[in-house]
Amino acid sequence: MKQMKKVLNFSENIAEEPIIYHLIADYGVRVNILRASIDPGKHGRMFVELAGEDSQLSRGLNYLERTGVQVEPLAQEIQHLTDRCTSCTSCVPHCPTQALDVDRQSWEVSFNPEKCIVCLSCLDVCIYKAMTLTGS
Amino acid sequence: MSKFKVNKTYKEINDKIRSGEVVVVTADEIVDIVKEKGPVKAAETVDVVTTATFAPMCSSGAFINFGQSVPTIRASQVWLNNVPAYAGLAAVDCYIGATEACLEDPLNKVWPGEFNYGGGHVIHDLIAGKAVHLKAAGYGTSCYPNRGIEKDIRLSDLRQATLCNPRNGYQNYNCAVNFSNKTIYTYMGTLKPKVGNANYSTSGQLSPLFNDPYYKTIGLGTRIFLGGGEGYVTWHGTQHNPSAERNEKGIPKTPAGTMWVMGDLKQMKPEWIVGVSLRGYGISLAVGMGVPIPILNEEMAQFTAVTDKDIEVQIVDYGNDYPNGINKNYGFATYDELKSGAIVFNGKDVPTVPLSSVAKAREIAEILKDWIQSQKFLLGEPQFTLPTK
Repeated sequence: MKQMKKVLNFSENIAEEPIIYHLIADYGVRVNILRASIDPGKHGRMFVELAGEDSQLSRGLNYLERTGVQVEPLAQEIQHLTDRCTSCTSCVPHCPTQALDVDRQSWEVSFNPEKCIVCLSCLDVCIYKAMTLTGS
Repeated sequence: MSKFKVNKTYKEINDKIRSGEVVVVTADEIVDIVKEKGPVKAAETVDVVTTATFAPMCSSGAFINFGQSVPTIRASQVWLNNVPAYAGLAAVDCYIGATEACLEDPLNKVWPGEFNYGGGHVIHDLIAGKAVHLKAAGYGTSCYPNRGIEKDIRLSDLRQATLCNPRNGYQNYNCAVNFSNKTIYTYMGTLKPKVGNANYSTSGQLSPLFNDPYYKTIGLGTRIFLGGGEGYVTWHGTQHNPSAERNEKGIPKTPAGTMWVMGDLKQMKPEWIVGVSLRGYGISLAVGMGVPIPILNEEMAQFTAVTDKDIEVQIVDYGNDYPNGINKNYGFATYDELKSGAIVFNGKDVPTVPLSSVAKAREIAEILKDWIQSQKFLLGEPQFTLPTK
């Protein structure tokens, strides 16, 4: 089983198609939607984690591109600037996936980028600006 | 006749520091020592307990003398990196307050404001050795004809730069919740609606004034760790309120004592004095502070054995009560419960969020311990202690 994070861009003409349904039902890809938005012009953007066997994933991605979905790697990443972090831990309860966590013995905060879904909650609550967004 | 079995003086402890025989432990470590040996044995063994805190402390700022220019100026308005400093002092003195925002800051016009740069950040930048742009305006006098100057200043070039915090190290503070239906942005951090989280700020059993709840050893002249350098307690802090209600161990249940502290900015390190941006609220300064408690007798040993379980924090609503001056509390949580990550409030699990860093406070307590053990730091005997009423 392989896993990958992707950003899917939907143009207005396919905004009403049940594309994710087909990706799951017809291609057997396991889809975890991390974040999704659609603007008034009907352009959609979806952050997903895709999982499956190599063949399922390549056929699934192929299907997306055929349908007109633009697939990009997840270029945005959250970075934990450890030299600015004071381990005050105020980000920890705001992190929905426990990517930010605290060891309650040492009281040090750690960040696991694998679990991060780039929801940006930590950026708002960190008073030391120890969390930053990199990439486009 | 003394009422104590163990009686030590500041001089005796300082002599032990000089000879390298002093026994120093942190406020975390003393807990088990007193539990195992009892307060008398503990007081015979241990000479100093180190306490510490690292948290945003709004009532902070620095006096800066930036030196004369030619022609000379009576600076009546001063800006440091475009952050206004108070200049109603003398010709080239100013006070930069930690919470002052920079001039172009939109504040809360775009709500909630980000408050990216202000006085706290200026102080941090100076300590970090960065150049800070100074602009001063004068009205012109016979002795000070200059109407305006601009120059870059660095901490190393300044004649004096003194951190002067009128209120730090609050002995107990509120645990903040929000009963309203909207997210609110406060000096206690972001509070989610309907008691979505509970925020607090204290280093608990490590916090200085919890270890000397009746101020028996802390007062004018107490030498402390301040921002990585040596500083002093110089007065009782503003809002010092020793008559707050206390529990059976003498620990206040509501905000009580405070300390006025000062220190030389030139000795400080950027990791211990950090400008912070509280969303929707403003700018502040995180201050690292460590206070040594001399174990003069068994009573002080007993006081320093305070644990997180003994410390109760009142729960206050910042959604409606606090801004309307309503003085009401919704019960108490112990610091031990708050540190677990969640408290049960009205039958529901509420995540707890500290503003104070336990990791950093522990580091400061260890540094101060090391300074004392390696003869770099002697205790300062206070001329008088903080008022008790």
